[in-house]
Amino acid sequence: MQYIPNIIFVIILIAGIGYFTKNVRKLIRNIKLGKDVDRTDNKKERFNNMARIALGQSKMVRRPIAGILHIIVYLGFIIINIEVLEIIIDGILGTHRIFAFLGGLYDFLIGSFEVLALLVLVSVFIFWIRRNVINIRRFKTLKGWPKNDGNIILYFEVVLMTLFLTMNAADLQLQNIGADHYAKAGAYPISQFISPLFNGMSEGSLVLLERGAWWLHIIGILIFLNYLYFSKHLHILLAFPNTYYGDLNPKGQMDNLKAVTDEVMLMMDPNADPFAAPAGDEPEAEPEKFGASDVTDLNWVQLLNSYTCTECGRCTSECPANQTGKKLSPRKIMMDTRDRLQEVGDNIDKNGSFVDDGKQLLNDYITTEELWACTSCNACVEACPVSISPLSIILDMRRYLVMEQSAAPMDLNNMMSNIENNGAPWPFNQMDRLNWSQE
Amino acid sequence: MSEAVKVPTMAEYMAEGKMPEVLFWVGCAGSFDDRAKKITKAFVKLLHSSKVDFAVLGTEESCTGDPAKRSGNEFLFQMQAVTNIEVMNAYEIKKVVTACPHCFNTLKNEYPSLGGNYEVMHHTQFLKSLLDDGRLTVEGGKFKGKRITFHDPCYLGRANNVYEAPRELLQKLEVELTEMKRSRRNGLCCGAGGAQMFKEPEPGNKDVNIERTEDALETKPDIIAAGCPFCNTMMTDGVKNKEKEDSIEVLDVAELIANAQDL
Repeated sequence: MQYIPNIIFVIILIAGIGYFTKNVRKLIRNIKLGKDVDRTDNKKERFNNMARIALGQSKMVRRPIAGILHIIVYLGFIIINIEVLEIIIDGILGTHRIFAFLGGLYDFLIGSFEVLALLVLVSVFIFWIRRNVINIRRFKTLKGWPKNDGNIILYFEVVLMTLFLTMNAADLQLQNIGADHYAKAGAYPISQFISPLFNGMSEGSLVLLERGAWWLHIIGILIFLNYLYFSKHLHILLAFPNTYYGDLNPKGQMDNLKAVTDEVMLMMDPNADPFAAPAGDEPEAEPEKFGASDVTDLNWVQLLNSYTCTECGRCTSECPANQTGKKLSPRKIMMDTRDRLQEVGDNIDKNGSFVDDGKQLLNDYITTEELWACTSCNACVEACPVSISPLSIILDMRRYLVMEQSAAPMDLNNMMSNIENNGAPWPFNQMDRLNWSQE
Repeated sequence: MSEAVKVPTMAEYMAEGKMPEVLFWVGCAGSFDDRAKKITKAFVKLLHSSKVDFAVLGTEESCTGDPAKRSGNEFLFQMQAVTNIEVMNAYEIKKVVTACPHCFNTLKNEYPSLGGNYEVMHHTQFLKSLLDDGRLTVEGGKFKGKRITFHDPCYLGRANNVYEAPRELLQKLEVELTEMKRSRRNGLCCGAGGAQMFKEPEPGNKDVNIERTEDALETKPDIIAAGCPFCNTMMTDGVKNKEKEDSIEVLDVAELIANAQDL
């Protein structure tokens, strides 16, 4: 009978981690729906980027208030996880504060967790004010689920930190009255002020309180873990691979489409046989689609980008088109890409393989008006704290519009036919190109 | 603009069996746009006064393909690129300088994988190197003490991390260099990039160049300095829109240096 709590704990733990793993596999499958792109080069530079941008939060602090608050919550999250390790071991073995043997170090650890927990509570409170009270445009423009999602995560943090501090306060009280199994251990710089609230409670009630908070805390963490997949909050995991696999080229460099290069080189090759038939009995290969009209036309890094986006809106707030009232919002480009990818993934789950649903990323999610508003200035890419490139998706979708559909705005078609005919975007004769020197 | 300048072409150099130190890539704006042609001439004067052995492609030059690529026409871009690369490789070009950040970015970053490998410099970088080598002197002259703010072109700044070369040149002019609230990597676009130069803006409540001109006007400048022919057009239009064209000039960094010396 005495092992029942241990067994229940292990079952909950396995269920929590199991369901999470199942969704992570789905996530990886969805990301792999993207086209291949090679990002295996320059491992050292990639590791450095990950260490600096994701671990070191270097781009977060470019906006100091949000950046510093974020670092507190982030440190709290990472460091308090050492405590979660102890909770898991205690839960499985039925022990209590198994790391207590560390003595002074243990006191220091528990003490710092408590200080961090308080700082997290304060930061989360300010975050909530910023999201819901102060008029900050990038948060105010979020409506419906994305807005609720942002707040739910903050409430989660408050509940988890409060449970953690309550648990410690009850534990301290139990230690002080010399209860069984509650040996003196740990330092409680914050919960010592909560503890007096429990003065006069019986040992039984205190144990109930301590155990209750302990169980709710660990169950809360498991729920939070599983909430990630359904939320913008995946960035706490994906920021790492996303910064690792980010584009290392100068921001102005846009990839040269390989399929186009092959065609152009063939056209320029004087020895190419214009009547060449496919070799042997090989069936004629399907011509490659140029650009992207749906998520499966994007590459896997762009899809990883969409899952990594935490909808902070720094990109949109820096976007010149958005600032001047155009429909384009780089954040929406990322959110649309993720929503559509999720829809395609669910379709595959339901039908075994993708069954045409008559929808695509272009038009059903992202309109051409948004795409044509972009100045390709890279402000969104520069602003993103986790190396996402909304611009690369915009460009790929423009490529589809122009090369597959010939659907560029009239002015751009004129510009392009000028380049084709006379080598300049304006209708001037190429033979007049040096006239300026004589004028 | 009423004086002819001597501009040697690569074809002439080749006929004499010589190689210039650098190819000056003029670009479409620099060749055809009336405002940008003044920038081209100012830069040529500086090249001459610094005794730089340079040549242009002249009628053999063609659009780099930048606006086609940013519009999504990868096919047209690569056709342009491959054609230009064939011309440049035939002349065995090693080093290219251009006064257009869009040409600069395309030549530097997007031509190599198509077979065009050159050392590419923006004209502000090139002028800075001439200054460092003692070949170019930059002095205040008539701009001494003027209040100047520099607008970072996206394709020079964020796109290629060149922020200091134009500023160092401006400082040599003994001017009062002031920064807009958004500058360097946070600089706001002028609104012309991504082929927007060639189309009407999408519906909105303001034009991007007006937003950017307001940034510039906040610094109470005598002169707005630019490093890109398209930014120059956009900022000039913005200044006109604000009816400040009588008190504020929009000038390229090369024009400032050349005019200061009365070249």
